[in-house]
Amino acid sequence: MADKLKFAFYWNASCGGCEIAVLDIHEKILDVAALADILLWPVAVDFKKHHIRDLPDKHIDVSFINGGTRTSEQREMAELLRRKSKVVVAFGACASLGGIPSLANFHNREEIFQRAYIETPSTDNPKGIFPQVKTALPEGDLELPLFFNHVYRLDQVIAVDYYLPGCPPTPDMIAAAVTAIAGNSLPPAGAVFGGPSTVCDSCKRVKQEKKVKGFHRIHEIIPDPERCLLEQGIICAGSATRDGCGTLCLNANMPCRGCFGPPDGVADQGAKLLSVLSTVVDSNDFGEIEKLIDQIADPAGYLYRFAAASSLLKHKLTGDGKSTVQAAERSQLEVAK
Amino acid sequence: MSFEPKIAGFLCNWCAYTAADLAGISRLKYPDNIRIIRVMCTGRIEPSFVLKAFASGADGVLVAGCHPGGCHYQEGNYKAYKRTLLLKRLLPQFGIAAERFRMEFIASSEGEKFAAVVGEMVAKLKTLEPLQTASDRLAELDGMFGEAEGGTGGGR
Ligand code: FES
Repeated sequence: MADKLKFAFYWNASCGGCEIAVLDIHEKILDVAALADILLWPVAVDFKKHHIRDLPDKHIDVSFINGGTRTSEQREMAELLRRKSKVVVAFGACASLGGIPSLANFHNREEIFQRAYIETPSTDNPKGIFPQVKTALPEGDLELPLFFNHVYRLDQVIAVDYYLPGCPPTPDMIAAAVTAIAGNSLPPAGAVFGGPSTVCDSCKRVKQEKKVKGFHRIHEIIPDPERCLLEQGIICAGSATRDGCGTLCLNANMPCRGCFGPPDGVADQGAKLLSVLSTVVDSNDFGEIEKLIDQIADPAGYLYRFAAASSLLKHKLTGDGKSTVQAAERSQLEVAK
Repeated sequence: MSFEPKIAGFLCNWCAYTAADLAGISRLKYPDNIRIIRVMCTGRIEPSFVLKAFASGADGVLVAGCHPGGCHYQEGNYKAYKRTLLLKRLLPQFGIAAERFRMEFIASSEGEKFAAVVGEMVAKLKTLEPLQTASDRLAELDGMFGEAEGGTGGGR
């Protein structure tokens, strides 16, 4: 059929959950197959990079790219798909916001290598060998993609037309996006598939006064399934998170973790959640306030769980004030370009 | 290295801003490193204002408002204080020293206190290095940025 749509699915720095999410649309996947030819989908279909390279530009109708961008290879694939596609959709929290991989932006590359290749208890690396971009062997040079200093959102690397947030996006959203594409009824460019408001707005739990006398982690108490979790002292990101997920986590008596990113009009999800969490503290006694705030362990991890690459401050500094890049690293970057 | 640090100062209209005014009227001498932003109440200062100031290249941020019990909107300064405590725990995770961010209670009659706080902050910040803007820093990290930077997140 000549006028079938052409889709590509690709994964960058991600866990594979987004791939499963596509399959989770169950029998609707058959509609997708009837609707579109899939030209690239490493998890399920055996087309290779060179097949894509050989296509004419803008040949693919829609590329769905998930994952953050951490390596030069991922950037290369994103750029290739961008060239070959009419529309690019940032699929899932990592591509839209940086996602969990971008929590690594609170560390520098050196710290990450140190941890992964030296410090972890399961590592046995007495010679302190780190992966190199180039390794010279008698048989020739071996190359690895460059590991960037920073994990990037997809739209920091290539132009993105639409966003499907979520960890992973829900089957309903995926179906809605595919239907919109097929029916040629796409929203204006830059749109996010998801609600405009917050998860709290969609959440059916009983909400009274937000006054908290102690924060608990979810495994420490059995929460009342009817009442607002934040009012029970459980850190819930619902007030700083876009809706459209159908409050799936709340329905399972688990707090919102923020995977849809900030709602419309909020620049920094972490800052918004910080504001909420600190002001629900129910005390006007400075000592007690301090004790309660101290119960929030690892604020960065809670506040930016899915959106660290989208934070206003963007990346951790080393040695307060100094930039993180050493001269030697910079020359390594030049090599990779 | 000596440099002139830039401080973003968020002052509440009723107390700290009036104190800054008073410092001026009384011809008190204090460093001119502070850029004052007047807000109606410290309770209006969203944490993103503070982060944005740092991201835009401020070397320090001062939030100053009425004394406890003196806020003209009852609890605004308590809210600001609570946010301050959590911000002070977050900033070091971004590699920004907590001492770059300060909150003070300054009554409208305390022009001298305002001048002293600004003086102390400037002296402290001069012992640290200047902060780069977040975009410059990101541009430097992998040499990927510059004009190519995308949106501010999640499709806006
Ligand atoms: S009015 Fe000054 S702090 Fe609220």
